[in-house]
Amino acid sequence: MKKIVLNEKTLEFQRKVEELSGQNTAMCDQCGTCSGGCPFVEEMDITPAQLMRKVMLGQEDVLECDTLWICATCNTCTVRCPRMLDVSKVAESLRQIKLRDEINNLDLDNLPKEVLKELPQIALIAALRKLSS
Amino acid sequence: MAVEQKMVTVYIMGEPQLVPEGSTIIMAWEYAGFQLKKGLGCREGFCGACATVYREKGDFKLKGGLACQTVVTDGMSLVQIPFVPSERPRYNLAELKPDINTFKELFPTIFRCVACNTCSKVCPQDIKVMDYIQQLKRGDIAAAAATSFDCIRCGLCALRCPADIVQFNAATLAQRLYGKYLAKPSPELADRLTEIDEGKFEAEIEELYNMSHDDLVKKYYSREIKIR
Amino acid sequence: MKIPYFPGCSLKTYASSFEKSAIASGAELGIEFVEIPRWNCCGVVSSLTSDDLMHHLAPVRNMIRVLEMQDACMVDTDNKMLTLCSMCMNTLKRTNLKMREHADELETINDFMYNEDQKYDGSVNVVHYLETLKEYGFDKIAEKVKVSLKGLKVAPYYGCMLIRPKEVGIDDAEEPTIFEDFLKALDAEPVEWRSKKTCCGSYLTVSKENIVVKLTSKILEDARSNGADVIITSCPLCAFNLDSRQELIRIQNPGFEPIPVLYFTQLLAIALGLDINEFGFANNKIDGIPILNKKIFKK
Repeated sequence: MKKIVLNEKTLEFQRKVEELSGQNTAMCDQCGTCSGGCPFVEEMDITPAQLMRKVMLGQEDVLECDTLWICATCNTCTVRCPRMLDVSKVAESLRQIKLRDEINNLDLDNLPKEVLKELPQIALIAALRKLSS
Repeated sequence: MAVEQKMVTVYIMGEPQLVPEGSTIIMAWEYAGFQLKKGLGCREGFCGACATVYREKGDFKLKGGLACQTVVTDGMSLVQIPFVPSERPRYNLAELKPDINTFKELFPTIFRCVACNTCSKVCPQDIKVMDYIQQLKRGDIAAAAATSFDCIRCGLCALRCPADIVQFNAATLAQRLYGKYLAKPSPELADRLTEIDEGKFEAEIEELYNMSHDDLVKKYYSREIKIR
Repeated sequence: MKIPYFPGCSLKTYASSFEKSAIASGAELGIEFVEIPRWNCCGVVSSLTSDDLMHHLAPVRNMIRVLEMQDACMVDTDNKMLTLCSMCMNTLKRTNLKMREHADELETINDFMYNEDQKYDGSVNVVHYLETLKEYGFDKIAEKVKVSLKGLKVAPYYGCMLIRPKEVGIDDAEEPTIFEDFLKALDAEPVEWRSKKTCCGSYLTVSKENIVVKLTSKILEDARSNGADVIITSCPLCAFNLDSRQELIRIQNPGFEPIPVLYFTQLLAIALGLDINEFGFANNKIDGIPILNKKIFKK
């Protein structure tokens, strides 16, 4: 079993995410309601509840998970969390930490012309906003 | 009675230079001894070559202007931007349609616009740049062509844009599409082209070609200009 | 009523039938949509980090446009901005609420937009057309119905943006009823189905369309298995995901029976007796005309 060490570094990461998201992640009691309601959970590598756990423990490797980019900000987790935590804001903060380092999840330069042609503008604008910087 | 020429201090790339009050930025550069080989063109505010970025004393704003048109102020600090990287996609106008799909394919970066208005603020021609990008986003090419009409492609908008859009290239495409596909055809133009093809003006042109220099000058200055 | 109308990026192109049917139905009900001059993109999707102000500029700028319209007496409503697209409504309203809660952030934004002729003070209310119709009175709309939609089974698709998060939603996040009330006013039969609030995949359709296809196939099959003839929605992106991806679903699952996806205003316009050709079904990939002919027009 992997040993998790809590130290200055993990605390700093947790605080950073909490500040960006405005959420007190220590309130999460890991009930799993967010994971249960998430329509995309089957596609994700870690569930929303696991994401929250990683943030609570200041584990920076959460930034490498696919989950961040599969989240579609549908807010089902947010409206159902019994602790009134805004889980989608936590996911957004993790995305922003990556995006602010200029690590994009959408490669605009290589989007096929056929794809661009059929998309309504709203799809392109929303995707660029959430998945690129 | 001699009139004393007032001088002002201008910081050209950080170095203070004393230049006559009322100079344009170009005049200030040249008075200070610089010879501009790039970033200078028509000197008339039309070609867009002399894009300049500057600050004025006591003002936090970073401003953009044309060096040939902007008058210096005391304490102004400036640098010229002779070139703005702005690759554009290659296209064949005859193969394009004047609709939103063309812009999605050729200029997808316009959908990154966050409506911050920085482009409009820096435009030396006072064009509402953000407005025409918004018009393009919703597929209104004719409106974008009209709004961007005064653009001289100085590049300052693209330089300042946080979304990395090259606004003026998108505007150029909009104007071209408008001109080719959306503008009303002019019957007067068609008539005139027919007249030319039929040789209506051949004799007149032949006469002008064969005139002496003096006769030509006389004819030029005595010409009638009809205003309909 | 002359109300400031915020279209949104896709309402003039991909979702033009949404806009046309909305404006036409509004006219029948005495609601005049006055398009906001110089409106800009709403800024979809709402930015959720606490420190981001840049992405809130776009909505605030649109609020100022509404104030300008009121100063110029172009409208007769008080501090309202009407939206059709759920995503626009959500993005604009979320920023509006944030600005009301954080006066310091609003001040920073106002300062940044010093080129604007006035500052925004948090006074504008973002409303969705469904709310306007509810305020008008579904019973009053029922009285104006010329073509009854009786016999048409409609699955109302709320999606995400119309009802979540709670402070932004126009109805209850878990048990919304506004679409059902709307449909009953038109004599249509709302279908009870599980997927009415399940996300369609939204912007994942750009680079992760396989996820969208998986989700939407479940949503569409749920609608079919509950007997729905058509699905209605209020979002061009939902419409795109549910409508345009059906071909891909059929490739993966040949037994899949396509179901038309319409904008709610198209049904409203039909019920009010307006000519379909005026607002069109051109944007809808899956043709809704056959089922409407069969169930409503009895052709």
